[in-house]
Parts: sequence; structure tokens; C-alpha cells
Amino acid sequence: MRYLVLFILCMIIWILLTFSLELNNIIVGAVVSVLTSVIFGRYFIKNTSKFFQPKRYFWFIIYLIIFLWECLKANFDVAYRVLHPAMPIRPGIVKVKLNLRSVTARMMLANSITMTPGTLSVDLKDDILYVHWIYVSTTDPEIYGLKVAGRFEKYIKRIFD
Amino acid sequence: MQNTWEGKNSMNEIIFKILLIIGILFNLFGCIGLVRLPDVYNRLQSATKCVTLGTCSILLSLLFHFGFTEIGIKAIVAIPLLFFGATVAAHALVKGSYLFGVKLGDQSVIDEYKDEAEKSSEDKKKMNKK
Amino acid sequence: MEQFLYIMLYIQITLCFFCLFRIIKGPTIPDRMVGIDIFGILVVGICAIIAVLTDRMFIIDIGIAWIILSFIGTLTLAKYLGGKKLNE
Repeated sequence: MRYLVLFILCMIIWILLTFSLELNNIIVGAVVSVLTSVIFGRYFIKNTSKFFQPKRYFWFIIYLIIFLWECLKANFDVAYRVLHPAMPIRPGIVKVKLNLRSVTARMMLANSITMTPGTLSVDLKDDILYVHWIYVSTTDPEIYGLKVAGRFEKYIKRIFD
Repeated sequence: MQNTWEGKNSMNEIIFKILLIIGILFNLFGCIGLVRLPDVYNRLQSATKCVTLGTCSILLSLLFHFGFTEIGIKAIVAIPLLFFGATVAAHALVKGSYLFGVKLGDQSVIDEYKDEAEKSSEDKKKMNKK
Repeated sequence: MEQFLYIMLYIQITLCFFCLFRIIKGPTIPDRMVGIDIFGILVVGICAIIAVLTDRMFIIDIGIAWIILSFIGTLTLAKYLGGKKLNE
């Protein structure tokens, strides 16, 4: 089943990239997609029934809007810190505990933490995420866990878990 | 070649110019951060965020200039590729430079990753001896 | 219009010299690699602006290929710095 889903995804990306519907083009794309899905199919996500639930796509659009807003805020934050003459930074590496189960959800959370204001994910061991933070405001573990990961965790849990 | 620019919708041209200027401005902030900030981790943080969003904005502006033609669709396909590529590369670089032995800067407050890094480097030494 | 695009192109090329400064002067090896990574992303922006200037469509293909090549190069160098194999 998951080989078929991967094949369809590869085919859509191939048609978008080459952007022509000739027969030769489609045959070459099908051969390449079959090769890709045979070689890399075992690394693809296991539970493919998640692709056919429309509720997940709805939450994904809401997540995308919130993510874009946070991303813009991150850029103005960096611009403020860079252009300020005294450079107000207090960097440090902190430890955050996650409660997500699937691998894809953890990967998405680490990627979106990298793009949000002032944080950069360093390493991911089991369910502990190490985060480099440019301005450490508190040293209380519960408060900064909420501050770093709390904004996205509930949406990602609904989309990918 | 001039005629292709004259016949376009003027509203789309204004959005195209605004998005292009925003993108260049964010790239400028990112590069100033790359030069000014004190150590590797802070430099990587400012540069990755600003330059990725700035380049995404430039690519999105191509969609407003060309409309839904071949080149506009290709620019849209390039955005997720660029996003995942840049974030995963930044993640790998930060981990690699910590294991390489670059210390955190003088102003840093807290470091909870030290024990984990030492453990993994000891594991590596054991593997090399075998 | 053409004037405006050329000004944007020159600013983007000037930004590449900032990265070059970091590559030449960086005190440690990871500093230089951060410069190379950011340089690769800036070139994609240059490709996009040239595609608007000349109205040719193959230049955006060069940009897409450049993203993937830059990503693979940075990943390989970073794994080498951490002293690990590629599949960890």
C-alpha cells in the first residue's frame, strides 16, 4: 500500500516539475517513480491511512497560517537584535520534553522550531529535544518548555499523530 | 521583450515589486547578522531564518509576475524544497559544530547538552577501538 | 522597470560578498561552512531575478538543481565535522 502512495506522490511532483503532458515524458516519469518507490519505499511512513482523512488537511491549513505569522515575527525579532547597537543576546542550550509519538510529527516539530523566533533545534534523542535559544529569559524547565514548543505541539498532534 | 511587461495587470506588478523588496531586505538583515554576531550558533540562527524566508519571498514574487504558467509553477514547487533543505542543513551543521568542539560564546547562560555530547563521543571512541 | 530589477540584482550580488568575508576570515572551520551554506541559498535568489530579466524558463531549473546540490554538499560536510558515517 505505501509503495502505491509513494508512487503517486512522485508522479505528481514529476509532472509539476517538467510541466508537459506528452506521452514520452509520462513514460520516463513512470519508470523513474517505480524505481524510486521500490528502492526507498521501506523508509516511507508506515500508516498510510492518514492520507485519506480530510480532517487532517483542514488542520494543516490552519497550522500553515499560524506558522507563517510566527515566521514573520521571527524575522523582525532577528532584525531587531542585529541592528541594535548593543546586541541584546543571552544564548544557551536548553532541554525540552515532547509528548509526540510518531517520527514524522517529531521531525515536523523540530523543523518548525528552527523557523520560530529565537530558537534552533540541536539534537533529538528519543523524546527529548535540545534547543539553542538566543535569549534565555527564565531557567525554570516547565515555563520554557511551554514557551518553546507549546505553540505548535497541539496542532502537530492533530495533523501527524 | 519590452511588450511582455507592458501588457500585464498593474496590480500584480505592484505586488511583485513589494514582495521582491521585502525579500531583498530580509536577505540584507540575515547577512548583516552573519557578519556581526559573536559565535557560530548565533550566526547560523540569524542567517538561516532571514535568508530562507527572503529567498522564499523572491520565489513567490515570480508567481505574481508570470501568473500560472510553467515558470510560476516551478517557482512554487521550489519553495518546500528550499524550506526543508535549509532547516535540515542548519540542524546538521549545529550538531556537527558542537561535536567538533566549538564552545558556546562568553555571554551564554546555560548549557544542558554537554553530558549528552560527551556520552556520544565516548561511544564513538569505543567503536573506533573495535 | 528594467532599472529596478538591475538594482535588486546588484544588491543581491553585494550580499554574496558578505558571505565571502565570513568564509575568508572565519576563526573556525564551522564558521566557513555556515558561509558556504548561506552562499548557496543566495545564488537561488540571483537565479530567480535573472529569470525575470531575460524571460527564459530554464534558469529556474538551474535554481532548483542548485538547492538540491547545496543541501547535499552541506549535509556531507557537516557529517564529516561531527565525525560520523552518513547513515546515522
